Order: sequence, then structure tokens, then C-alpha cells
Amino acid sequence: MVEPVLEITNLVKSFGALRATDGVTLDLRPGEIHALIGPNGAGKSTLIHQICGTVRQDSGTIHFAGQDIGSLGVAERAQRGLGRTFQVSSLAHEFSALRNVMLAVQARQGSSFRFFKPALLDRSLTDPAMAVLDRVGLAERARIPAYELSHGERRQLEIAIALALGSKAFLLDEPMAGMGPDGSKTLTGFLDRLRQEAPILLVEHDMDAVFALADRISVLVYGRIIATGGVEDIRRDPAVRSAYLGDHD
Amino acid sequence: MSRETVVNLILAVLLLAVPLLANAVGQPFYITLATRIAILALAATGLNLALGLGGLVSFGHAAFFGIGGYAAGILATHGFSGDPLIFGLSGTNLMPVIWLVAAVTAGLAGLAIGAISLRTSGVYFIMITLAFAQMVYYFAVSWPAYGGEDGLSILVRNQFPGVNSMRPLSFFLICYVVLLVSIGLFALIRASRFGSALQAARQNPVRVATVGIRPFRIRLTAFAISAMMTGLAGALFADLNRFVSPSMLSWHMSGELIVLIILGGTGRLFGPLAGAALYVIIEYALGGITERWQFFLGLILLGVVLFARGGLLGFVTGKARHG
Repeated sequence: MVEPVLEITNLVKSFGALRATDGVTLDLRPGEIHALIGPNGAGKSTLIHQICGTVRQDSGTIHFAGQDIGSLGVAERAQRGLGRTFQVSSLAHEFSALRNVMLAVQARQGSSFRFFKPALLDRSLTDPAMAVLDRVGLAERARIPAYELSHGERRQLEIAIALALGSKAFLLDEPMAGMGPDGSKTLTGFLDRLRQEAPILLVEHDMDAVFALADRISVLVYGRIIATGGVEDIRRDPAVRSAYLGDHD
Repeated sequence: MSRETVVNLILAVLLLAVPLLANAVGQPFYITLATRIAILALAATGLNLALGLGGLVSFGHAAFFGIGGYAAGILATHGFSGDPLIFGLSGTNLMPVIWLVAAVTAGLAGLAIGAISLRTSGVYFIMITLAFAQMVYYFAVSWPAYGGEDGLSILVRNQFPGVNSMRPLSFFLICYVVLLVSIGLFALIRASRFGSALQAARQNPVRVATVGIRPFRIRLTAFAISAMMTGLAGALFADLNRFVSPSMLSWHMSGELIVLIILGGTGRLFGPLAGAALYVIIEYALGGITERWQFFLGLILLGVVLFARGGLLGFVTGKARHG
């Protein structure tokens, strides 16, 4: 079997009496899109926070690219190649799209302690950044400040940043949220190709997108994974239907 | 050329022209006034690096200003008396050496204070930087070897090789060049990779961490550089007045530096200069009419905060754009 890129074992996190994450075991294999679905309050966000390092787990382990990253900070995990996007866009809002991506490029080069060379005139920053913007279809909007971009464009920009980091895995937190039907369709096509580059852990409410994209689906309810399997297995699973999908039929 | 560049150039030229003119017509008082503006602008340019670019509202930059001042005062005193300072080293009256010592000492203090303060943010950061500055202030007050509360006089202004620094115009020119070099340095840092990370950390620290850059290290470095510039200004201020006292270290001074930046335009290249000029001119013009000139300064500050968020420069040139 292929070694998983991301492997979470028996992860537990409690807030007071609430077990937000209750013994979650999950892995992400090369080349796949693994969708994580579940009703509101199931603990998806808490799980994402633990994977990224903003919340520390009570017990359990997180391995990424063969290393235990469970005790590392957010920046260290990002340096090891964990690229994420946020449920609500999180950008340097005064900076142009280009400068947002350039920040990721310079982070990847490990060169933020250079004080004298103007970054915008530095081809080793701007060229890779423009190339990535071009890939996500934002090249023409490169000079627009992030706060002036549309909702959909900000989501694309977040993905561009994760791409520019050369991520070994993508953690996408509801990338479809707030997108119109056209936007969702374009993004679905894009993510479909993106999995060739690095596997994706996709947290998403848009079931059409999930069923179209996912190689495997895990269903999280009350902090527990109640089922993991292929699209058809999950569609048919009675426990999943009653806990979750039933609400939508 | 953008409108802001034009305004910046006008400011730089005016600051040079006024003392030249004053010298020609034999009014040295105005040279001193311009020198004061240049030095305060330099101190505020240092703070602008932390506050304007990094969003670090330090209410303790008087500590660095005063440390720079005392570095100049103490070195000059020992240089004059010939008593060794420490480790058998003597004092000096050479400005370049004094500047180096002032900047390095202030920078080290900035590293130490920043290393602790930057673990907090918001109001706590403001308060903890204030607390550190007050510690330095009370230390200076209670340290009799260098004048304590009464301060320390520099009997003869320190020397710059090849320049007669006792002439007001020459001393102004020294300060003017140091200011312009520092503003240039500020511009370079702002446009650099480091500056990108620093400004991004102000806008969104989570974003910075998510691309794998630790905001703390970026901020600490910026805080230390900021302290160095303000410390250098302190050394010049000591030479301008030929006197150092704990008042340079007091929280009023910290507040004044913040006011200068807000008046001029936060994060703007020439914001500190515009602010310092406005401040000193108000102080001079209204100070002659009423002792309560600070009341009117308060009104102006209120107007700027309510109606011209970008400060004087923002008011004149419009909103700042980042490439």
C-alpha cells in the first residue's frame, strides 16, 4: 500500500464536557481527494484547526509526510508543505493579489530576512507568483488589492497561495462556500486537476461537488467518523443517510 | 511622479530651505527649530517602522530615544573628563562613534523589551511597552552618577570629522542628512521581502503563519531596527540641547512620537516629517500666544483622527496604495 501523506490517529479534543473530536482516525493518500462531510457542529472546524496547528489536540497523533507534526506550530507545519485555505477568506487585504502570492513564494524560498532589494522588482519572486496566478485564472487581476477582489476571486487567490507554497497536501475548508453555480463548476474542474499535484482533504457542504470530486468520503458526526468509503458506499450507508444525507433529500 | 512623491520632495526641500534662509538673514533660532523638526522626524521614522508598517503600537519608544540620548551624554562626559568608562575604555566626542553606540544600545534594549512585549498584542502590548519605558525612566531618575533627576549637561557639542558642529547650520545639515538616509532606509525596508512580511503580519498574522513565516521573528527584528533609529535620534537630540535628562525617557515623549506619526500619516514615508513639522510649528506659533497650546494641538489631532485618517499626507495625497 502507498504511504499516506497525512495520517491522523485517534485524535481527541475536548472543550469542557464536549468532545469535539472523539477518536478520529483519518488518512490522505497521494493523488486522491478525500472529502470530509458532516452536519454543522460535527467538529469539522475543530479537526481542521488541529491539523493546521491552531488548536492543540488532547491526545492522538498527526503524521505528515512521514513526520510527527502534532506538536509543531502553524508556521512550521506550513513550511513542511501543509497548504490550507480558509472557510472565510484570510488574506493580506491591503496587498495586491500578486503580493499575496509573492509572500508565499518568499516563504517557500525561506528568505524573509532580506531588507534592501525591492520585492516587486525581484523576478525570482514575481515570475513564480504570476505563473501561479495565471494557473488559477487571476493573472489579469494581479495588481488589484485583495479587498477589491470578488468573493470568488479571493477563494481562487487562497488556492493560488497554497499552490505557490509547493504544498504536499491541500486542506481546503469549504472552498465552494458562497460561490455561484458557474463559479462552483469552474472550481470543481480546477480541483479535479489539482489532485494530480498533491492530495486534497476537502471539507465541503456542496454535495454535488463532493460526489463529483471525491475518491473517498469520511462522514463526521458528533466528533466521530461514522463511515469512510467510496462515493457509492457512502450514498448507500444507512447510518450516514439517517445522520446526514437524509436531511437533504 | 505620484502626488505623494511631489509632496515628499516639497517637504524635503522646505526643510532644507528654511535654515539656509534663516542663516542668510542671521536668524539662527529658526535653524534650531528646523533641527528639532529633523530630529523628531527621525525618531518618529524609527517608530513608524514598528507602528506604521508592523502595526505595533509601542507606547515605550521614549526608552530608546532616551537611551540614545544618555549614550551620547555619558560618552561625552567621559570624553571630556578623561575618566575611563568601562573595561578601561574611554569616552569620546566623535559623533559617528556615539551614534553607533547609541543605535546599538537602543537596538539591544529593543530586542530585550520586544522579546517580552511581542508575546502580547493590542492593549496589553501598549501597556507593557509603557511599563518597560517607565522602568528605564525611574532608573535614570535614581542613578546619581549621571545627574539623576537633574540630568546631564554636555559641555561642548560632540564633533563630526571635518565639520564645525558648533555652527547651527552645520549641525542642522548633519541631522538633515541622517534623516534623509534613514527615510531612504525605511523606504528600502518597506519595499523589501522583510517589509512585505512585516506589513502582511499587521494586516493578517494568520495569513503570514499559514504560508510558513513566524510573525514573532519578523516583528521582533522590526522592533529592534525601529529602536535603533529612535536611539540614533536621541543621540542627536542630546547634542542639539547639549543636555540629557530623564524627561527624554518619560511617557510624554512616547506619546509625542505617536502623535507625530498620526498627525503626519501612519506608515507614510514622509509622514513623520510632516507630523514633526506640524507639531513644532504649532508649538512655536501657538506657544507664543498661550501656554495652553497643547489644547489646540489636541483639537487638531481630533480633527485628523476623525476626518483625515491618513494624516496630513493622506489628506493631501489620498489613500496609500500597495503595489
